Amino acid sequence: MNDYSEHLLLDKPRKTSSHFSVWVTLVVPFAAILFQVYVPLFFQYLSYLELPLLVTVYFSLMRRQPLAGTFIGAGIGLVQDSLSHQPLGMFGIVKTLVGYFAGNVSMRFEVDNPVLRFILGFFFFFFHQFFYWVLTRALLGQQLGFDLTQTLMLGVLNALVALPLFHFLDKLKETS
Amino acid sequence: MEFPVSRYRNLTVLLLVILAQLLLLGYQVRTNQDVRLIRVWAITAVTPTARLLEAGRSNTVGVLENYFLLVGVRERNRQLEAELGKLKLENQYLKSELATADRARALNAFQSRSPSRTIAARIIGTGTGTNSKVVFVDRGSTSGVLHGMAVITPDGIVGKVLAVYPTASQVMLITDPSFAAGVVSQKNLVHGTLKGQGHSTCLVDYVQNEEKVEQGELFFTSGDDRVFPKGLPVGAANVVRAGRTFKEIYIVPSGFQSGLEEVLIVLEGVHQQLPAAQASAQAAPLLPRPPETPADAAAQKTQTPLVLNTDADRMREQYKRIGEAQGHVFGGPGTPNFNIKPPAQPKPVQKPAGNAPEGSPEKPPENPVEGPPPTRP
Repeated sequence: MNDYSEHLLLDKPRKTSSHFSVWVTLVVPFAAILFQVYVPLFFQYLSYLELPLLVTVYFSLMRRQPLAGTFIGAGIGLVQDSLSHQPLGMFGIVKTLVGYFAGNVSMRFEVDNPVLRFILGFFFFFFHQFFYWVLTRALLGQQLGFDLTQTLMLGVLNALVALPLFHFLDKLKETS
Repeated sequence: MEFPVSRYRNLTVLLLVILAQLLLLGYQVRTNQDVRLIRVWAITAVTPTARLLEAGRSNTVGVLENYFLLVGVRERNRQLEAELGKLKLENQYLKSELATADRARALNAFQSRSPSRTIAARIIGTGTGTNSKVVFVDRGSTSGVLHGMAVITPDGIVGKVLAVYPTASQVMLITDPSFAAGVVSQKNLVHGTLKGQGHSTCLVDYVQNEEKVEQGELFFTSGDDRVFPKGLPVGAANVVRAGRTFKEIYIVPSGFQSGLEEVLIVLEGVHQQLPAAQASAQAAPLLPRPPETPADAAAQKTQTPLVLNTDADRMREQYKRIGEAQGHVFGGPGTPNFNIKPPAQPKPVQKPAGNAPEGSPEKPPENPVEGPPPTRP
């Protein structure tokens, strides 16, 4: 194991979680959901951008607490559910898991690294889409298709968007 | 001693949160009821903002465009190339404005001539999720919108109201995989069920392979679903092929052809006839009953109005009437006065052929010309 990998993989849980002001914690997820609701009206291809997921991943990573990630994911997911035509809880469950896992990952990895952020953005998008598909089939009995190639490509695109988005959100951190 | 719950606190909380959401989900699926409060909160928070954004966009885009165009006018005086670019921009803008005006005019015209009572609505947002086929419109329960109402455009059906909130409504588009509606084909009157596929085309299901449906045939709503009034256009059959049990008919929805910005919500639907059905309502002329005896045949022959197809036919008929009016027999001695105006021939009385009741006495036709019957020269 070289210095770089040692730097990425920490031996002990990190204690330095980032803090955000209340308005950032509320407004950023709200803006992400509003973006998903409003912008695809004019740019339909942007409907494939899962900004609420990326915001969930970011806040969960930065808080470095699985519990915080769990509640952030559940909250954003339930609001997203409210604006969909599916029963409440579908996005909620998936994003709860995403938040929890992202919180756990952040305790082991140096999540400020862009490469790791890209990988995590890709992985969590794929996990989100796949688990949502599984839940839709298993719990609601709907026969939806799962296009693997498309999901992988969208995962890369979402991960690419995640890099500048996370960089921008870094600037909203509270400096103490 | 440490309790396992406190030791695995994160995992316990995670499981509790997921369990709570699973219970919430199970409750909704089992009772087929929504937890309305959470949705109302979320939609009341999001849709007014989306509405404000949309209003701000539509109002300021025009002003900004005009401002930049004015700046462009000054630039035009100095640089010819800049002028060309600005003019192109202006042209594009005016085209889009014209299209918007045309759409609004078409919507108003359709609204005024449609027998159904409708209310115009503007689309202000889409549903969440990458495969979502729902949209939000800016009309809610305060405008009289109810759950299950049909949403249409002059070009065809768009969807139906899925949920109603005070200031907005959620509309499921016909391309959503869980959408279904009764449809009927225009030409062969084949009934089927329209189903969304999650992409741009829809499937007409439950049409037997033996039924005849042609490619390009138009489909209309059948009114069987009690949501869409009968006679609204749905789309044309794009692909028609035999399947294992039922035909596979894919249609391209016609409701989205002109873009989806303004829609009409049907408050009170009125069924209409299909265009083909209206055409067939005009009964084709029926032939008379076949003669039973030779005498009937002769009588029917005299009843048959003379069809004058050529000028020679018409001239012959005119001379015949002149001769009859003067009691002249053609081929005999003398010449009739061809300058007099022959008496007008009364129009034959059109009888509803084939509709006469059985055994009713049929009057012989009146002789149009007084005088002795003409003899063949």
